[in-house]
Amino acid sequence: MARFLAPEAFSAATEDLSLLPFNFERAEPSRYLVANMVGDFIRLTEDELNRLVDLRIKPGDGLYEKAYAAHLITGTNQKAQRQLLAARLRSRMSFLRQVTPLHIFVVTLRCEHSCPYCQVSRQSTDRSRFDMSEETAMKALDIAFSSPAGRIKIEFQGGEPLLNFPMIEMIVAAAKARSGKKVDFVIASNLALLDDAVLDFCKLNNILLSTSLDGPADLHNKNRPRPGGNSHELAVTGIRRAKEILGPDRVGALMTTTEASLDRVDDIIDEYLQLGLDGIFLRPLSPFGFAIKTKQFQKYDAQKWLGFYERGLRRVLEISRQGTPFREFYAALILTRMLSDRPIGYVDLRSPAGIGLGALVYNYDGRVFASDEGRMLAETGDDAFQLGHVDHDSYSSLILSDRLISAISSSLTQCAPECSTCVYESHCGADPVYHHATQGDALGIKPLSAFCARQKGIMGLLLDILENSPEDAAILRRWVAS
Amino acid sequence: MTLPLYGTASRSVGFGRDKARSVVRLRAIDSTAARHAADFALARSPNEVLRAREAGWPSIFVVSDGSIDLPGTFDGRLIAVPLKYNYLADGDVLGFDHASRKFRTLFRRNSAHNSFLVTERCNNYCLMCSQPPKDVDDRWILSEIKESLPLIDPATRALTFTGGETLSDWEDFIAVLKECRDRLPATAIQVLTNGRAFANSTIVDAWKEIGHPHLMAAIPVYASVDHIHDYVVQAKGAFDETALGILKLKDRGQRVEIRVVLHALTAPIIEETGRWIARNFPFVDHVALMGLENTGFAIANDAMLWMDPVDYSNGLARAVDHLSAAGVNVSVYNLPKCVLPRSVWPHALQSISDWKNGFVEECDRCDEKNSCSGFFTTGRPRVSRGVRAFTSSRHELMPMAG
Repeated sequence: MARFLAPEAFSAATEDLSLLPFNFERAEPSRYLVANMVGDFIRLTEDELNRLVDLRIKPGDGLYEKAYAAHLITGTNQKAQRQLLAARLRSRMSFLRQVTPLHIFVVTLRCEHSCPYCQVSRQSTDRSRFDMSEETAMKALDIAFSSPAGRIKIEFQGGEPLLNFPMIEMIVAAAKARSGKKVDFVIASNLALLDDAVLDFCKLNNILLSTSLDGPADLHNKNRPRPGGNSHELAVTGIRRAKEILGPDRVGALMTTTEASLDRVDDIIDEYLQLGLDGIFLRPLSPFGFAIKTKQFQKYDAQKWLGFYERGLRRVLEISRQGTPFREFYAALILTRMLSDRPIGYVDLRSPAGIGLGALVYNYDGRVFASDEGRMLAETGDDAFQLGHVDHDSYSSLILSDRLISAISSSLTQCAPECSTCVYESHCGADPVYHHATQGDALGIKPLSAFCARQKGIMGLLLDILENSPEDAAILRRWVAS
Repeated sequence: MTLPLYGTASRSVGFGRDKARSVVRLRAIDSTAARHAADFALARSPNEVLRAREAGWPSIFVVSDGSIDLPGTFDGRLIAVPLKYNYLADGDVLGFDHASRKFRTLFRRNSAHNSFLVTERCNNYCLMCSQPPKDVDDRWILSEIKESLPLIDPATRALTFTGGETLSDWEDFIAVLKECRDRLPATAIQVLTNGRAFANSTIVDAWKEIGHPHLMAAIPVYASVDHIHDYVVQAKGAFDETALGILKLKDRGQRVEIRVVLHALTAPIIEETGRWIARNFPFVDHVALMGLENTGFAIANDAMLWMDPVDYSNGLARAVDHLSAAGVNVSVYNLPKCVLPRSVWPHALQSISDWKNGFVEECDRCDEKNSCSGFFTTGRPRVSRGVRAFTSSRHELMPMAG
């Protein structure tokens, strides 16, 4: 008859165990949140953490099983635990294989809006001074086409880019005439100038529209003044027409949070729902350009914003529970990082940072910046992220510039103080432009960083829901990109 | 009911001693297909035997309990088997041992569940093994499979190779899979293996080189923790090799299914195992969470292994949710619908092979019977206390019950 061995026969001896790298943070008195090398989370008591670190654990004690499944320990002679971590890390970091997939063309700095939070725009009719010239555009296109990515996205920015629509038409035609890359196009516009000619052009060239919608009419129009006070009406009409003509998934809207938004998150979300949009991106106000000059940025701090965000997220979950598919896009991004190993190159959520490596910005005047925020800084006199000029730089001279290399290498979360030991490091990112703007240093002191406070706050909130609210957790898991 | 897949012929004529075994294919008497030396006319009465001889068949296979009169002039081959093997039909393939007259049905053309046993040897010794391993020299089985492959209908949709550990003689077995690539390129080939051999890169490379377009390795993983898996399979170090093997197969773009058999050691932790697979192996092609077949070692270890499925069905539902949310294609095998939460129904398949699939009396009045897995009839079947019929009146009550 068959002879079977008892469970003890398969237990590893303690001396055969090794610790694998992990980060941890005290979450409550004597309770710790622990993350393995690729950001899988578990909770341990202080006693468990101490026993784990000392390897005072053995199969069958519960802690061994938790720690092994979470890749915190391995048998010294085993290979699979380490190989799994290596394979997963490789997948998570493989966004680095797509070098500079985004190219932003600032075709004009002119705008007919005069938003107080706007970073850069000018109300001017001086085309020669604030519009991109054909010569500049073609040189920028040369640079974009010599980047290594096989598929690139060209995004038209402003000002209001539709004020220089002929230049958009010219760049699209020229990009399509070139070979060697698949090119996607996006126009970031307030849609006030959207007309049939623009829509026909977008349809013909499969161009995506991205617009601003800050909420209901009173809030939106307060944030986004224009002659006639009809910004909201024009944006909503534009979104409806774009959905009708280009298709429901060919127009997206982004909101900007101001102090006036903080008590209005339900209204803002309802506005997006009514327009039949499939979700909302609850964004913080960025500290660039005029936003700093006009003291908008200082009016609310990270905690206030987090309160706004949490109310919004819970409202979005309530809508989902009632059966309407609707999501919060920033949570979806973070959840994709937390619950999968898909490579996410989103600029705020990557390290090495996305400046230059993720995107280049060609300004109307030919200057090239490492990010959209970088050119906004330059408009207020800080050219720290200006990498060069289309007239005398090539793709490689821009990407290999000392400025870019220094900003990226000095801000790596993998080795930065506070970041390298942070329990959320796997899912976060370096944001050198933000920290330069707020602290005058690409790395920054993270305990003083509102970026850091927001990231930790959001991830803590998402973890809390995933662990303690099964119904909402099932919804959140389905937001993960597949 | 259970179909008898092996037995002893009541009579055999014309088999020489030049070889010990033959592979035999059955053909309808009137078949117009090209005749192969292994083909036998299938006769079910003395009258049909006569008709087969008149049609020029040198080899005849009789399924009948009656006696067969053969003229002294008969110089062909004949095998006679009892009537209980009446399921045998045109295109079926059998292995026949000359001296003992023992035969095994190797392939049934009308079945969707054909599997070849490759060997009874195994380097695992699973507590619930339905096919307990034997340490014997059974390399003749692989030769028999090689001989069978040319006789198998190329239109066959699916074929499974099982064991024992199929990769015990990996070089010979991979040669068989190459035969499948050449002869059965449209057939889905599933290989049940414990995956440990794939920790060896040489074997993974050889596997990749087969290049069959529909080849899948189905590999069991029982836990997210080494010693639990190793205990279930009774082999220290197995977890590490199996996990490494899956990783190496996927690294080389090979198709992999992960299988978890559910019993008292694996079912209570199935949610954790499902979550772990979703996080660490989301790239596998399929995950099958499988009810236990209570046969073989599972009977000997019944006291240690039996767990009523209704007692783990909620954890199972959560495991399914973790996996499907991660985009993993997940199925539940061998469990009847009445023991599963509704959320699992879209994943529950009619997975039990036709020859060992049955239902209980309660099922006769159940509306879901036609889309239900039913039960194994093999071994010592155990029936969940949750088994009950769905009738239209109960369906109306279901939404309120949630």
